[in-house]
Amino acid sequence: MSVFIAKRVLTLIATLIGASMVIFLVMEILPGDPALVILGVDASESAVQTLTKELGLDRPPLERYISWIAGLMQGELGNSYAYKVPVWELVKGALLITLPLAIMSITLSIILALVIGLYAAANHNKAGDVTLMGISQLGISIPNFWLAILLIILFAIELRWLPAGGFPGWDEGILKCLTALLLPSLALATVVGAILARITRSSVLEVFREDYVRTARAKGLSQRATLWRHVLRNALIPVLTVTGIQFAALLTGTVVVENVFHIPGLGSLVLKAINNRDTIVVENVVLLLATMVIMVNFLIDILYAVIDPRLKAHDI
Amino acid sequence: MSDKRSLSFLSRSSRSRSFVIGGIMTLFLLICAVISLFWTPGSAYNIVIANRFLPPSGDHWLGTDQFGRDIASMLMTGTQNSIVVAVVAVSIGLFIGVSLGLLAAARRGWTEEIIMRLSDFSFAFPAILSAIMLTAILGPGGVNSILAIGLYNIPVFARLTRGSANAIWTREFVMAARASGKGRFRITFEHILPNILSIIIVQATILFAIAILAEAALSYLGLGTQPPEPSWGRMLNEAQTLMFLDPMQAIYPGLAIAIAVFGLNLLGDGLRDVLDPRLSRKR
Repeated sequence: MSVFIAKRVLTLIATLIGASMVIFLVMEILPGDPALVILGVDASESAVQTLTKELGLDRPPLERYISWIAGLMQGELGNSYAYKVPVWELVKGALLITLPLAIMSITLSIILALVIGLYAAANHNKAGDVTLMGISQLGISIPNFWLAILLIILFAIELRWLPAGGFPGWDEGILKCLTALLLPSLALATVVGAILARITRSSVLEVFREDYVRTARAKGLSQRATLWRHVLRNALIPVLTVTGIQFAALLTGTVVVENVFHIPGLGSLVLKAINNRDTIVVENVVLLLATMVIMVNFLIDILYAVIDPRLKAHDI
Repeated sequence: MSDKRSLSFLSRSSRSRSFVIGGIMTLFLLICAVISLFWTPGSAYNIVIANRFLPPSGDHWLGTDQFGRDIASMLMTGTQNSIVVAVVAVSIGLFIGVSLGLLAAARRGWTEEIIMRLSDFSFAFPAILSAIMLTAILGPGGVNSILAIGLYNIPVFARLTRGSANAIWTREFVMAARASGKGRFRITFEHILPNILSIIIVQATILFAIAILAEAALSYLGLGTQPPEPSWGRMLNEAQTLMFLDPMQAIYPGLAIAIAVFGLNLLGDGLRDVLDPRLSRKR
């Protein structure tokens, strides 16, 4: 087990370094001079040169990469070109909104998936199963930002039950904030939940056909007990994998959905940064989002080993 | 293809409900795009302020928007945009990704290791994230969104191709081909590729749907297709500011996206049943 985890940690570190290099290469080496971009094309040659020096962009790439990473380790990300405040301050404020939103959405979608998936599997090929799978197929096809708009029209404009958007800030009380995040997380969870529900259903059905399940039933274990003790444990492995992959989709989904609801999270921050040509904010937010995706997949790999002891033996 | 084989393909496809319904929906989309090349019910570009917010009528099937443009025409023209972006983006991913996957399976060793580890990173960069990076540097635009979605597709195809190709490389007929002295390159094209083609086609159909979704999201954010080119995503963006005034404007473009994606997903499912009956029976 410890060898397995050590190997995984090494891969994690390598992946993180690789991701940061990719971002650095794309953002700093590709054509496009940040100084020129900030000042505009009409800027004088000397002004561009001064700013380039001020931003430290005249140093060789390797040196800049290392100082970026060193800064990251100390939580020192530099100042935003546009707002002149530390990038970390901007990111921290946005993260405190995006993270709860992402956690709310993934929790909601897992609950949705388990309830729908298990019900559909238990009623395989009956009317309930067919209807639910039809609905979930639709759920997969709906763009989450459109669903978000539909939810606003229904719950905020027509019924006036929930706010149409905005975020009150955590000082205004947790309940108010969670209410503000309810529609966005619903918009995100529906699509991810639909995908996970389909995986849950087919995975449960597959495990039901296994010999050890038949044995369990044959030795007199009730359907319910078999489900909990044998089926779920094995059926949840593919569900976990897809949850990890979907978390990436969910995070990028928050980028879009936050903009629908005007919620000042990471998504709104990064888009504003693009419009302000604030590349330093963009590169740090993108790295943060990528890191979150990588970390979640790492945790799922570890969880695998806990759920399925066979994987430990193979030591993949 | 012999007569017998094509017959069984036809009979199998007509029996797959997903294939028929998905196929019809996709065909409908293609027809809309083609018709809009030379005819639309109104104008998708002309701004006539006097005609703004007209309700649906014989002249304007779905009414007009805040600039008096014909919504039905904008939707039809937007189909072209979605299809072009998706076709180019999926082709980029298909050609580069499948080549890399075939190479990894044929060479094994460190070539495979490098290709697979590189594609590991890309999991951390979903289409929208890479598009955000690209637009931050190159500026927003249709071409950049195509590039971003295409880049995202490369590792997806590479992984799938390598996995399926590795399985074929162990089969007896490949060993026989190797024993008869055929080179790796020739075996790849004569034996490996034909045997994994159906899996790749199914995946391409599904990625096509994802590409349409991603393009819509990027255009919605203002990073994709730029005005005045009609695009479903941007129509939704514009409609959102008018939600209180004219909510129906926010309904149509989303419906168009949903129909396109739903149709393609169904077609992908159906194709899997038709091309590879073994897979569908196992499900």
